[in-house]
Amino acid sequence: MSTVLNSKVPEGPIAEKWSKHKFNVKLVNPANKRKYDIIVVGTGLAGASAAASLGELGYNVQAFCFQDSPRRAHSIAAQGGINAAKNYQNDGDSIHRLFYDTVKGGDYRSREANVYRLAEVSVNIIDQCVAQGVPFARDYGGLLSNRSFGGAQVSRTFYARGQTGQQLLLGAYSALSRQVANGKVKLHSRSEMLDIVMVDGKARGIVTRDLITGKIESHSAHAVVLATGGYGNVFFLSTNAMGSNVTAAWRAHKKGAFFANPCFTQIHPTCIPVSGDHQSKLTLMSESLRNDGRVWVPKKAIKGLLAKDAVKLAEEDRDYYLERKYPSFGNLVPRDVASRNAKTVCDEGRGVGTTGLAVFLDFKDAIKRDGKDLIEAKYGNLFDMYQQITGDNPYEVPMMIYPAVHYTMGGLWVDYNLQTNVPGLYALGECNFSDHGANRLGASALMQGLADGYFVLPYTIGDYLSGISYEKIPTTHESFVKAEKEVKDTVNKLLSIKGSKTVDEFHKKLGHIMWDYCGMSRNEEGLKKAKGMIRELREEFWKDVNVVGSPDELNMSLEKAGRVADFLELGELMVDDALHREESCGGHFREESQTPEGEALRIDKKFSFVSAWEFTGENQEENLHKEELEFENVKLTQRSYK
Amino acid sequence: MNLTLKIWRQKNAQEKGKMVPYEVSEVSPDMSFLEMIDVLNEQLVKDGDEPVHFDHDCREGICGMCSMVINGRPHGPKQHITTCQLHMRSFSDGETITIEPWRAGSFPVVKDLVVDRSAFDRIIQAGGYVSVNTGGVPDANAIPIPKRIADEAFDAATCIGCGACVAACKNASAMLFVSAKVAQLAMLPQGQVERRNRVEKMIAQMDEEGFGACTNTGACSAECPKDISLTNIAKLNREYMSAKLTSDNI
Ligand SMILES: Cc1cc2nc3c(=O)[nH]c(=O)nc-3n(C[C@H](O)[C@H](O)[C@H](O)COP(=O)(O)OP(=O)(O)OC[C@H]3O[C@@H](n4cnc5c(N)ncnc54)[C@H](O)[C@@H]3O)c2cc1C
Ligand code: SF4
Ligand code: FES
Repeated sequence: MSTVLNSKVPEGPIAEKWSKHKFNVKLVNPANKRKYDIIVVGTGLAGASAAASLGELGYNVQAFCFQDSPRRAHSIAAQGGINAAKNYQNDGDSIHRLFYDTVKGGDYRSREANVYRLAEVSVNIIDQCVAQGVPFARDYGGLLSNRSFGGAQVSRTFYARGQTGQQLLLGAYSALSRQVANGKVKLHSRSEMLDIVMVDGKARGIVTRDLITGKIESHSAHAVVLATGGYGNVFFLSTNAMGSNVTAAWRAHKKGAFFANPCFTQIHPTCIPVSGDHQSKLTLMSESLRNDGRVWVPKKAIKGLLAKDAVKLAEEDRDYYLERKYPSFGNLVPRDVASRNAKTVCDEGRGVGTTGLAVFLDFKDAIKRDGKDLIEAKYGNLFDMYQQITGDNPYEVPMMIYPAVHYTMGGLWVDYNLQTNVPGLYALGECNFSDHGANRLGASALMQGLADGYFVLPYTIGDYLSGISYEKIPTTHESFVKAEKEVKDTVNKLLSIKGSKTVDEFHKKLGHIMWDYCGMSRNEEGLKKAKGMIRELREEFWKDVNVVGSPDELNMSLEKAGRVADFLELGELMVDDALHREESCGGHFREESQTPEGEALRIDKKFSFVSAWEFTGENQEENLHKEELEFENVKLTQRSYK
Repeated sequence: MNLTLKIWRQKNAQEKGKMVPYEVSEVSPDMSFLEMIDVLNEQLVKDGDEPVHFDHDCREGICGMCSMVINGRPHGPKQHITTCQLHMRSFSDGETITIEPWRAGSFPVVKDLVVDRSAFDRIIQAGGYVSVNTGGVPDANAIPIPKRIADEAFDAATCIGCGACVAACKNASAMLFVSAKVAQLAMLPQGQVERRNRVEKMIAQMDEEGFGACTNTGACSAECPKDISLTNIAKLNREYMSAKLTSDNI
C-alpha cells in the first residue's frame, strides 16, 4: 500500500526540508523550457499564479477557465484576508507559529512538511502581491495593516477591505495577462475541461468543450495542472459561486488520480439563512462579525421568532450559548464548533425566524459600548449587504445567521511536489487535499492557492519535466481520439434522455441528502441510508433527466447536467469516506465519537491517516489507500475552547 | 407577486433577436432577480423550451459576470449594486419588466443576454499590470505608501470589469473601466516605471476594440455598481496627455 502512496517528503529537519528540496530537484535548462508545454486548468488564485509563473520561466502554457474571463474565478469572492507569518506587528508570530496553528487548526490530519512549507513561503506571497500593485490595507504610517482573524492569537492577516480575494486575484490575473501579451500563455476562456488524456500511464493532455460553439477539442502537453477549485456545490446550496464544480478533479479521479479525504468539508457559521425553496446560493457574512456580535437564541423555544420581536425579549430569556459553553473563547470559537452548536440549538427547537433554522447575531451591546459610528466604520458594507438581502436593518434588530457549506478540505491526493499519483498530473489550490487537514483556518485558502501557484509548483514541475522527452504527442493519437469519443458520447447521452425532471431538481435533492446525512453531524445509520439514496437518485438521473437544447451551441443546461452527474458520483464517495472515518475530527463530526461534554473526539491511534480513494469502475466500491501521518514537530492534543 | 417579463431572445451571434414576453407567478419579494429568472427557466425547461441564457457566477456582486439591462438600466433600478444583488422587493406586483443584454458594438451578443466582453481582457493584456516576475521582489514594507493614496488606489481597484459603464454610455465608451486600472497603478509607487507606456498602450487597445469616445455625460459612473468615480477619467486624460508629451513610443 505504502508503495502506491509515496508522499516524497524530503529528509531532514522540518525547517530545512524545502530549501534542501529546492536544491535537490532537477532543473530544466532555460533554453529548453520553451520545448515543454504545460496545461493549467483553472485561473483562480492557484491557476492564474501558476500559469503566470510558468510562463515567466519560459514554458509554453495553455490556461483554461469556464467563465468568460480568468478574472471571474471563484477566488474573486473571498472577503476576509490572507495569512502570512511576516510578524510585522511584533506580536510573536513566526513561521513556526503559523505552521503550528495550521496543523492544530486542521485537527492533526494534515502533512507536517507541506504545512511548514506553506508557512515558510507565506511571507513571499505578500511581497509579490505588493509588487504587483495589490492595494492592501495600510495604517497611517504607510505600512501594511494586519488583523487577527478566525480566533488567531496574533495579527497576521493581510486584507484589502472586504475584498481581499478580488484584489489578490486581480494581481494574479494581471501577471497572467502580461504573459498572454508576451505570447507565453494562451488563454481559453469559456472552455470546460471534460477529461484528461493518459498516454503510457502519464497525463498528456485534456479534452475540452468550447462552451460557445460546443466543439469538443483535444489539447496535448507534457504535463497537466488542475487548479479547478473546491466541490462544495455538491450540497447544492453553498457559499461557492454557481459554477464551482468537481468535474475536472472527478474526471481525473476516474482516470486514476486518488481522491483524498472527500468527507472533510467546512461549514461556515455566519451565513445568511435560507429564505425559501427558490434559494440558489448562500451568502457568507464575514467571520469578523463575531468579534463584536453576540450569538443567541431564546432559552425556551418560541416558534417563528422574528428579529423585530426579538428586540423585546428580556435578557434573562436569552441564551448566549457560545459564551455560556465556552467562557474563554465565547463567540470566537472555531468555525466547526460554532456551526455545530447552532445546529444543536436549532435541533432542540430553539432556532429562530420563519424556518426555525437560524440563530441571532446581535450587535446591540457593541453599539451601546462603541457607538453606532464605530460599528458602521467596521462593518458598514456588511450591514448594508445584509439589509439588501433580507430587508432587516442590523443596526436596529439582530441579524439572523445559519451555517452553510463553505470550503472543501478534501481533494485530489498530491505528494510533496503537488503531483497526484498520476505522473505528470498536478493539483493546486482548493482542488487538492493538502495543508488544511480536517478543518481550514480562516484566511489560509488564499495563502495556499498562491503558495502553490507562485512558489511551489514552478520549482517542483521542473523535476518531472526534466525526466521526460520534449517530443510532443499529436492529438490524433489514439488516446486523444478515444477520450474525445467518450466525452461526445456522454454529451449525447445526456441530451437524449429527455426525461421529466430538470437538472436542478436532481441537484437540489442531492444537496438535501448530503446536508441531512453528511453535513454538520454524521452517524453510521444516516450515512448508510444516504448511500442508498444517492445511488437511487443517480439511477433516476440517467433515466429521467431533461436536458434541453443541442450540443453545438451555448447550452447551460448541458453544462449543469455534466456537473451534477459528477456530483452524484462524488456524493457517494464522500459518504463512504465519512462512514469509514469512525472518529470526529475538524469539520467531520461523527456522533458516535464524542466526549462526555458532546465535543468532537479524535481517535489518533486508528485514524491518523489521509484516506486516498482509488476509482475501480463505474458503480463499483472504491479502494481505500492510507497515507499514515507522522507528527514529529507538534504534539497532538485534543482541541479545547472551554 | 405576478410579473410580465419581456426578455431579449437571440439564438446566437449570427441570428437576429427579438423581445419575447413571459409570465411568472408566485414570485417572492425575498428572491433575488436572478432567482426569479431561475424560476422562469425551470418552467421553460419543464415545457421543453430552451432556458433564457444569462451570465452569472458569484451571485454576490463581485465577479462581474452578471449583466442585464433591466427596464433600460444596466444592473437595474437601484444604484451601486449588480444585477445579482437586486431583490424582487424592489418591484411590485403586476409590473412589466424588460430585460436586455449589454448593448455595445464591442460586446457582441453571444446568446440571449450573454455578451462577449473579451475586449476588456485584451485591454488589460495591453498594459494593465506591473511587469514583475514571481520572486525577487522587495519586502512588502520596503516602500511605505501614505494611507490616503493606498485608499484611493483601492477605490479605483474595486472595478469588477462588468461592462455596465459601456452599456450605459450612449457612445459605448470604455473610459471608466480603463481609467480605473490606469489610475490605480499610476497612484502607486509600483506602477511608476511603466506609467506612460501603460496608458498609451491601453488607450490604443481600447480604440482598436472599437469603443466609443468619451463625451463626459457621466452615465457610466452613475450606473457603475462599484461607484467608480469620474475623477478617474480626469486622471486618465491627464496621464494620457503627459504620456503623449514625453512619449517613448513614437
Ligand atoms: C464567499 C467566500 C469567501 C471566502 N473568503 C476567504 C478568505 O477570506 N480567506 C481565505 O483564505 N479563503 C477564503 N475563501 C476560500 C477561497 O476563496 C478559495 O478556497 C480559493 O479562492 C480557491 O482558489 P482556487 O484557485 O483553488 O480555485 P477557484 O478560484 O475556485 O478557481 C477555479 C478555477 O477553475 C476553473 N475550472 C473549474 N472547473 C473547470 C473545468 N472543468 N474546466 C475548465 N476550468 C475549470 C474555473 O473557471 C476557475 O478559473 C472564501 C470562499 C468563499 C466561497
Ligand atoms: S467601471 Fe464600474 S461599470 Fe465599468 S466595468 Fe468597472 S465596475 Fe463595471
Ligand atoms: S454574478 Fe457575480 S457579480 Fe453578479
